[in-house]
Amino acid sequence: MEKDLNQNSPRIRKIRDNSYPPNTPTSRMNNNNQRDNHPNSPRDYNYSPSSPTARLRWRNRSNEIPAEVKRGNASNVRNLLLGDKNKYRSMWIRTCSSLWMLGGVFFIIYMGHLYIWAMVVGIQIFMAKELFFLLRRAHEERRLPGFRLLNWHFFFTAMLFVYGRILQQQLVNTVSSDRFIYKLVSGLIKYQMVICYFLYIAGFMWFILTLKKKMYKYQFGQYAWTHMILIVVFTQSSFTVANIFEGIFWFLLPAALIAMNDVAAYFFGFYFGKTPLIKLSPKKTWEGFIGASVATTISAFLFANVLGQFQWLTCPRKDLSTGWLHCDPGPLFRPEYYPLPTWIASFSPWKAISILPVQWHAFSLGLFASVIAPFGGFFASGFKRAFKIKDFGDSIPGHGGFTDRMDCQMVMAIFAYIYIQSFIVHQDYSVEMILDHISRSLGHEEQKMLYAKLGDILRHKLQGGF
Amino acid sequence: MHKENTGDAPSAHTPRVRHHRKRNTDVVAGAGKPNGSHLLVNDSSKYKSFLVRAYSTVWMIGGFALIVYLGHLYITAMVVVIQIFMARELFNLLRKTHEDKQLPGFRLLNWHFFFTAMLFVYGRILSQRLVNTVTPDKVLYRLVTSLIKYHMAICYSLYISGFVWFILTLKKKMYKYQFSQYAWTHMILIVVFTQSSFTVANIFEGIFWFLLPASLIVINDIFAYICGFFFGRTPLIKLSPKKTWEGFIGASITTMISAFLLADIMGRFLWLTCPREDLSTGWLQCDPGPLFKQETHALPGWISNWLPWKEIYVLPVQWHALCLGLFASIIAPFGGFFASGFKRAFKVKDFGDSIPGHGGITDRMDCQMVMAVFAYIYHQSFVVPESLSVDKLLDQIITNLTLEEQQALFMKLGQVLQEKVIGS
Repeated sequence: MEKDLNQNSPRIRKIRDNSYPPNTPTSRMNNNNQRDNHPNSPRDYNYSPSSPTARLRWRNRSNEIPAEVKRGNASNVRNLLLGDKNKYRSMWIRTCSSLWMLGGVFFIIYMGHLYIWAMVVGIQIFMAKELFFLLRRAHEERRLPGFRLLNWHFFFTAMLFVYGRILQQQLVNTVSSDRFIYKLVSGLIKYQMVICYFLYIAGFMWFILTLKKKMYKYQFGQYAWTHMILIVVFTQSSFTVANIFEGIFWFLLPAALIAMNDVAAYFFGFYFGKTPLIKLSPKKTWEGFIGASVATTISAFLFANVLGQFQWLTCPRKDLSTGWLHCDPGPLFRPEYYPLPTWIASFSPWKAISILPVQWHAFSLGLFASVIAPFGGFFASGFKRAFKIKDFGDSIPGHGGFTDRMDCQMVMAIFAYIYIQSFIVHQDYSVEMILDHISRSLGHEEQKMLYAKLGDILRHKLQGGF
Repeated sequence: MHKENTGDAPSAHTPRVRHHRKRNTDVVAGAGKPNGSHLLVNDSSKYKSFLVRAYSTVWMIGGFALIVYLGHLYITAMVVVIQIFMARELFNLLRKTHEDKQLPGFRLLNWHFFFTAMLFVYGRILSQRLVNTVTPDKVLYRLVTSLIKYHMAICYSLYISGFVWFILTLKKKMYKYQFSQYAWTHMILIVVFTQSSFTVANIFEGIFWFLLPASLIVINDIFAYICGFFFGRTPLIKLSPKKTWEGFIGASITTMISAFLLADIMGRFLWLTCPREDLSTGWLQCDPGPLFKQETHALPGWISNWLPWKEIYVLPVQWHALCLGLFASIIAPFGGFFASGFKRAFKVKDFGDSIPGHGGITDRMDCQMVMAVFAYIYHQSFVVPESLSVDKLLDQIITNLTLEEQQALFMKLGQVLQEKVIGS
């Protein structure tokens, strides 16, 4: 293979553009376009850069090679080696950043709930910053003084509101020792809604007072988009944090399933992909989709078994401490033994398999992750096409911004929270358990109050019946 | 000199006093024209439209009073109907008919989200009352409690199916329009449902907490107009050129005074002050609580010298009403400014034309929306003595245990408490 040393040939320039810098949006868009130009070659299954999560960066490395192969096939193979050499560097960058991210995530999980929460908040701030910036970039020439500050004011209000609600219980448990601080904190919590409301109203009034003639439409549009951004970012991050405090398992498993789904979809599409899936993402195929669904549900079953064995992951965190956790993880995580039918048992060394009941729940999570969560990715793709944006940002070298990584995760986090609250948390209620809960978490005065209120309700119900 | 302070013509009144205020508006609008010679001419042709407006206003007031008399459930129904009309107006506002023709089924998607939001919001607010209503019937009770338990999951599945449907119907070259409509739908639903859900929550706490804020907004508008009419000189804000500082300040003072007095009057009726614990429609008897029991304050000596009364009777709730009045006069008008700015931004004259002689329903409700949210938050924070953990646990108990289990828990808890008392 000869190297084409003519630096000005279009192919070299394209390859060079694609390699350096590896993280500009245009380079990735070019790649996508080029792949689209070859409808007859075997489709490589590649999620557009918007959906893969940080965890498995090496997948992108494999993506680049097929593109090179196709381009090489189209004209000649001479440039393959040169292209590869340039590509390896960008792949190397991507792999490095992925490994760092992966390592960072593992480290944070080891450190515990509070640090994971801090990581989620950090990701959230970056996402909001990207999206706010995106909004502004579109109308840069009409920037209004003080509008950025207004966005961050609303962001701060939303953060106070959302995390105040989540942490109400945890905070009270943490500071129960000191009477004065306890009073202060519970006072703050009681008036949390009022405080947040007045912060919001202050922002609202500020917005109205800064309306400028002839810019009304722009300002109202910005106001609406700010609200939408904050809702999208905060719903999913607040639910993620709520999941974390239920037990790191409920945060780790859904996130891992999304990553698993992406990887599996890529591989199945790469090897078997033929029929296109949806016009929004022309590189997705039905074979990839279905193969990934099967793989994800199976791996959900297995992951749950592996992850469910660690108390660090399965115990809920009741307060804001950071120490080691010991708890009774509950009936969901106690293995049950099912004897294998004799025809299997005869040729395998195990006589019974142990299944954690939580693995059945993991099936549902896996099913959702493979069938519905990809729609988050489609939504983000459609959104970017609609507003002619290449990527949401460029925070992560080699990939897009945070929002590009988090789009499917967002849909999954919300589902996981709702699933947990509906089907898992309430499963094991009994009179003894609630009595125990009452004596543990309420003070004497509060217990008497509860007793009086319960008496009222029961009396009312009994009277209503006759 | 033409002094005009009309409340923003298309905004912020409730039906109650439509007749004389609008009539005055029209007269002043006529007077506002640079040539005073048009006055009489305008007047004669305006009388007919005044009559139309007065007629519709009287009907609205009558209907409103009847519904308040009928009770909580009917007021809730009225709120729901108003909400549906508002949503319809707002959905239609930014729709472009050309694009819409190419997207069959898109309107249906809006109503799907509307229905999901309605289920979610009213399910949360009315779940306890629904449970109380069906307690005697075993089968229905079981059905209702399980529905409530899975309420969030049901609403979420509905929302996700709407989301998936939206993505599957994205058409090339119409992405931007569809995404904007999607965002717009969400904003509308949030605005409409937040305030109406809080309104309904207020209603079931006692009609007083719905009627008082609504009346205060109306009174504020009327007196802003009157004070501006007589004394108005300095313009208030560029968004609404007809508002003046004199009107604003005069209205604030009057609103607060009338809040104090109105609370006294309304607080005497059990029908208005008792909370409704279930979804029945009968007459209410209850102990309204310490807020509505009269306290006597002895007047200080220097006032009582020239007044025949030696002491005044004050319901404690009147102090709360002062806060509500303060908010209604100072901050709630910003809802009206927001709506005016919005209409200017999108070059819309009125939000709709449902009410003859006025604009649409959103025009009437813009200040009310801000007030309803504040009233709910105020009520939850300052009026209701709340203990978070107790209520949360109580919720868990009610939704997760059967009646027998609840009674067993009650008895055991009683024993535990007695043991503690004896032991300590």
